Amino acid sequence: MNTATGTLDAAQVWSWLGDVPDPEIPVISVVDLGIVRAVEVTGSDACVVTITPTYSGCPAMQVIADAVTDALREHGVEHVTLVNQLSPAWTTDWMSDEGKAKLKGYGIAPPQQQVIDISGLKGGVKRVAMPKLEVICPHCGSNHTQLTSQFGSTPCKALYKCIDCREPFDYFKCH
Amino acid sequence: MDDKITYLLRLGDNALILSQQLSQLCGKGPALEEDMALTNVALDLLGQTRLWFSYAAELENAGRDEDDIAFMRDAHDFRNCLLVEQPNGNYADTMMRQFFFDTWHYFQLLELTKAADPRIVEVAQKSIKEVTYHLRRSGDLIVRLGDGTAESHQKTQAAADALWMYTGEMFQYDAVDSAMVAAGIAPPSELLRAAFLEHVAEIFAEATLVVPAPDAWMQKGGKQGTHTEHLGFILAEMQFLQRAYPGAEW
Repeated sequence: MNTATGTLDAAQVWSWLGDVPDPEIPVISVVDLGIVRAVEVTGSDACVVTITPTYSGCPAMQVIADAVTDALREHGVEHVTLVNQLSPAWTTDWMSDEGKAKLKGYGIAPPQQQVIDISGLKGGVKRVAMPKLEVICPHCGSNHTQLTSQFGSTPCKALYKCIDCREPFDYFKCH
Repeated sequence: MDDKITYLLRLGDNALILSQQLSQLCGKGPALEEDMALTNVALDLLGQTRLWFSYAAELENAGRDEDDIAFMRDAHDFRNCLLVEQPNGNYADTMMRQFFFDTWHYFQLLELTKAADPRIVEVAQKSIKEVTYHLRRSGDLIVRLGDGTAESHQKTQAAADALWMYTGEMFQYDAVDSAMVAAGIAPPSELLRAAFLEHVAEIFAEATLVVPAPDAWMQKGGKQGTHTEHLGFILAEMQFLQRAYPGAEW
């Protein structure tokens, strides 16, 4: 184990964290999701991990914090300090390409590379000024899809349906 | 009490009470998608409540945390506006209350992202992304209900007329609000009110609804702790466990 020889480095910690699954979408890791913002090694068995919540009310944050601590302890990092950081606010732009590919394989359409436009209501822009997105059906690959609801089974997902294969599916919405 | 702490409690109490009201509809939404949307919004608001209360508790430094603030205060200590404690009613009532609140909330947070307090800026930047989705949804539903059937139109107009008198309070500034404007934190009320009225007018026009008179008589008192009878019942349910079993943890 690295810690025994005193060679703990940040890259190693990042790689261990890459194996910590998101509790609600276990196919992707907390690193893929962009929840882990920084890792700082502070000793041979100590590090500081900075995490940020996806949504302010995300009920998974405590589970994620515990999972990160447990995973690092298993690798001999006894002293894990977690820092909860709010700013800059989490965005789906931080999701890794690998994470997006895994989401798609899991049956969830990955977010398009556009953060939510919070100014979409000002300056005469109408309420329906949602960015025009081409959401691809994760089941059949069709781009002939339709929004059912902006709010889905978890805060981070919207409900869509595919016009071609008729299957409903989750879309990981831009944020 | 420090003006900033009071201001933070007002922001947190608005989010908390509306969240609790929406939570009561869990499993009772008119359609599955609506049920999920109501509880998603409730969850976002609850998360935002925690962020405001945590900051208030730190500034206060009196040994209480965000849970104590939520569960151990009585009605007269709550600083939410009267709008959010109005009953869920029918779905037009629920959505009109939501639309009026979301519109104010959106513009309020947009201005708070420029506040002269980094912590408030952080919370506002986090929250407004969520609230943008809230406002898009509630505006969309007001249009669907207002420009829907004769019955939905009538109920939606009735909801607007009944709730209108609770919208003035959000723009009626007292000494606390004025101190926050002077401190570079709160936006001027005229700016907020103009943005609110403009957005309501735009959505109502599309919804074929009539905007009630902006200078109509308005209720007030919630921000100072004088509430309608509804708040006591909301708190009785929300605070039951923590009152009956003090210090309970899980």
